[in-house]
Amino acid sequence: MLDTLLLSRIQFATNISFHILFPTISIALAWFLVFFKVRYIQTNQPVWLRAYRFWVKIFALTFALGVVSGITMSFQFGTNWPGFMERVGNIAGPLLGYEVLTAFFMEATFLGIMLFGMKRVSPRVHTLSTVIVAIGTTISAFWILSLNSWMHTPTGHEIIDGVFYPKDWFEIIFNPSFGYRLSHMLLASGITASFLVAGISAYRLLKDDHKHAPKLTLKVALTVAVVLTPLQAFVGDLHGLNTFEHQPQKVAAMEGVWETEKGAPLLLFAVPNEQTRSNEFEVAIPNLASLILTHEMEGEIKGLNEFTDAHPPVKPVFFGFRIMVGLGLLMILVAFSTRIVLYRNDELPKWQLRLLVAMTFSGWIATLAGWYVTEIGRQPFMVQGLLRIDEVVTQVPAEHVLYTLIGYLCVYALLLAAYIKTLFYTADKAVEVEEYEVNMPVSGDQYA
Amino acid sequence: MLSAEFLAQFYGTLMALAILVYAILDGYDLGVGILLPTKNKQQADTMIASIGPFWDANETWLVLAVGLALIAFPLAHSVILQALYLPVAIMLLGLILRGVAFDFRAKAKTKYRDAWDVSFKVGSIITAFSQGFMLGLYVMSFDTSAQSYTFAVLSGIGVVSAYGLIGSAWLVMKTNGDIYHQSLVWCRRFNAVSLIGVIAVSMVNPLINDFVAQKWFGTELSILLLPIPFACIALFIFQDRVLANLLSCQEKEGSWRPFAISTLIFLLCFLGLVYSFFPYVVPNELTIYESLADPSALTFMFFGVVLVVPAIIGYTVFSYRVFWGKTQELTYY
Ligand code: HDD
Ligand code: HEM
Ligand code: HEM
Repeated sequence: MLDTLLLSRIQFATNISFHILFPTISIALAWFLVFFKVRYIQTNQPVWLRAYRFWVKIFALTFALGVVSGITMSFQFGTNWPGFMERVGNIAGPLLGYEVLTAFFMEATFLGIMLFGMKRVSPRVHTLSTVIVAIGTTISAFWILSLNSWMHTPTGHEIIDGVFYPKDWFEIIFNPSFGYRLSHMLLASGITASFLVAGISAYRLLKDDHKHAPKLTLKVALTVAVVLTPLQAFVGDLHGLNTFEHQPQKVAAMEGVWETEKGAPLLLFAVPNEQTRSNEFEVAIPNLASLILTHEMEGEIKGLNEFTDAHPPVKPVFFGFRIMVGLGLLMILVAFSTRIVLYRNDELPKWQLRLLVAMTFSGWIATLAGWYVTEIGRQPFMVQGLLRIDEVVTQVPAEHVLYTLIGYLCVYALLLAAYIKTLFYTADKAVEVEEYEVNMPVSGDQYA
Repeated sequence: MLSAEFLAQFYGTLMALAILVYAILDGYDLGVGILLPTKNKQQADTMIASIGPFWDANETWLVLAVGLALIAFPLAHSVILQALYLPVAIMLLGLILRGVAFDFRAKAKTKYRDAWDVSFKVGSIITAFSQGFMLGLYVMSFDTSAQSYTFAVLSGIGVVSAYGLIGSAWLVMKTNGDIYHQSLVWCRRFNAVSLIGVIAVSMVNPLINDFVAQKWFGTELSILLLPIPFACIALFIFQDRVLANLLSCQEKEGSWRPFAISTLIFLLCFLGLVYSFFPYVVPNELTIYESLADPSALTFMFFGVVLVVPAIIGYTVFSYRVFWGKTQELTYY
């Protein structure tokens, strides 16, 4: 038998997972573009403009995919979770509304000027448009993450007959997990974009594209990665402490702790089993989890068994967390080792370039893993502790959800393949086209 | 806190406005997509260049309209979107196909370009048709009889033709040379088809919905309002004359007129529709007053709207001024 609830969850997860791939890149890539443009204005060196013009193409494509998948998202609340808006609409509605009003129109309108207006407006207005687009993407992250964080740590509302009413907007917007989630997500975006830029630049250098632009963008991207990756580990740790305070059952699942324990070990690896309610194949470091989460060797961590009727499925949360943190550590390692070599030799050996190409999309994987930890860790609630998801699902027949799900999956698979192919094809083309203009000043009109 | 009655009217008006602006703005760029020639690359390039800087912001009006329904009239929003579950999904697939095709066609390998052009065109047609189809079902109060589906299909064709009309009028205004002439011919054809469509819908609507008939023929206001349909028909005829004139002379003076007239036609049709259903958001079932969200949440939004909407209008106008006049060759970035 088909189950509307399960299918709706899969469909929502599919759509949002597809959507988030593109904002993750475009939020930070917009700031990269601002940087390239400003450097060009400051130094008047054409190589910065070349970097801008290569990456703005990729930005445009990424943005377009973000927009169309975002439009799908804005219908999802109504089609898949109508009960959600009936119950928490008074809170979710205005936050979504402010996102549309203060972010979407601004970014969409100035995007037109940024992409097509170079010859039609003054350089100053053009740069300003680029900045506005970047600000717009960041504002939109602000509002949507505020709403999402509120669903994890709801404050500032009251409930009358099952319906949520706002009491204090400041408390709603700046709810306890918001600051951590917003900074963690913006850093995730910065890291994802810098590994993308580094990966594609390395790809161009491997293709024997010995020009200034890819070398320069490689350098910029790795510098950004060196700064952001350790910062991310630090913010992630704080985020975890915050979660430990507000959603202890999620942390128990992340750490694979079944029985409440003092001096709990940190599991490097294990396979949690929900039937036996224990772990298999544990590889552990004694006392470390307690130390990280409570800052005491013998600190107490609540186990999953204390939340038997309302804790999330353990496996996806447990493994998702290890994938994210594992990748985070790997990224720190790669960023530092390549940046140091680049600093010493002014170029990278082939194997390091190949490593960077292999890690082009590593940010995507870490980001998705992180979101899966966060969102699945909230189950079975939609609003933590207050509203369960089975209370709000759509009444639409399961077959309809299934058909549309299959439709989305096919289109998304195709688009993802096309996106990645086009990225590398654009890089190939740049290798050919720029062949003749190695470091020559841009002729004539400065924006030609 | 503002009164519930005022808020219902305020958000109702704003939502109606967002839908109207969406229909006009995304209408012309969907129309351009519907008309896209799949053989003539150069024409296709110019046509797409004419909508390049705008399509994204145009689509944002749809997000605003849906967003307002969601925020201000959550009950109506969930009834409507559940009733239209499949057509909404089909429209979204259409929007996705055309939105990305727009960018891919300029960047992908040449051998894939034709495929992206086709996907742009087909996506535009699917989007326009499903919007018309949904409008039809809405007018039929989401009735599920065969009769109502037939009407919805006709309404789908009607909207494709209306978007074709405003899209070709946009091209008349924004292009030169071959495409300009071609667009005049297209525009005239779609003008005729749309006229038939509008007459059909105006006759069917009061025939099937008693309360609509009551509104148009049963109140004192009727006498004041009956001119609306006639003015609309007059505009179609005037449009035809203007196009014939532009076709016969070499002058391009006044090539903005068809677009202005089409906009007026959209406005009148929309006014007629809104008047027919007001104050219902779900025909015969829910009024804007019954489905209103919590007034204090809406008051919080109200101040944002009052501050931000003028700014949105301001920079939208700015962006149209930047790209004023006939479209130049495609100057990507
Ligand atoms: C952390 C960032 C983030 C997250 C979690 C989401 N979005 Fe998003 N969204 C963006 C960041 C973003 C963005 C950066 O602002 C985008 C991406 C590219 C773009 O055009 O804007 C965007 C685009 C975008 C658009 C198109 C805007 C336009 O027309 O310009 C819509 C309607 C949505 N999103 C809606 C949603 C909804 C309903 C979400 C959640 C359920 C959601 N987004 C999650
Ligand atoms: C952008 C990255 C995000 C990803 C990858 C993501 C992922 C997921 C996943 C996998 C689920 C399904 C969980 C399950 O059913 O087991 C889910 C559910 C959900 N998420 Fe997110 N999410 C993201 C952001 C958001 C945001 C920003 C919001 C709202 C503001 C949101 C609201 C919801 C809702 C309403 C559900 C459905 C109810 C539920 O299953 O808990 N999500 N998400
Ligand atoms: C390296 C050490 C890292 C630590 C300690 C860490 C920690 C965490 C924690 C505890 C959560 C769950 C928050 C919750 O309870 O809801 C989380 C979520 C998340 N992580 Fe990480 N993280 C790390 C690295 C990364 C990296 C490298 C990325 C991506 C590039 C990333 C992206 C995310 C995202 C997108 C989320 C979901 C959104 C959120 O809740 O903030 N993280 N992270």
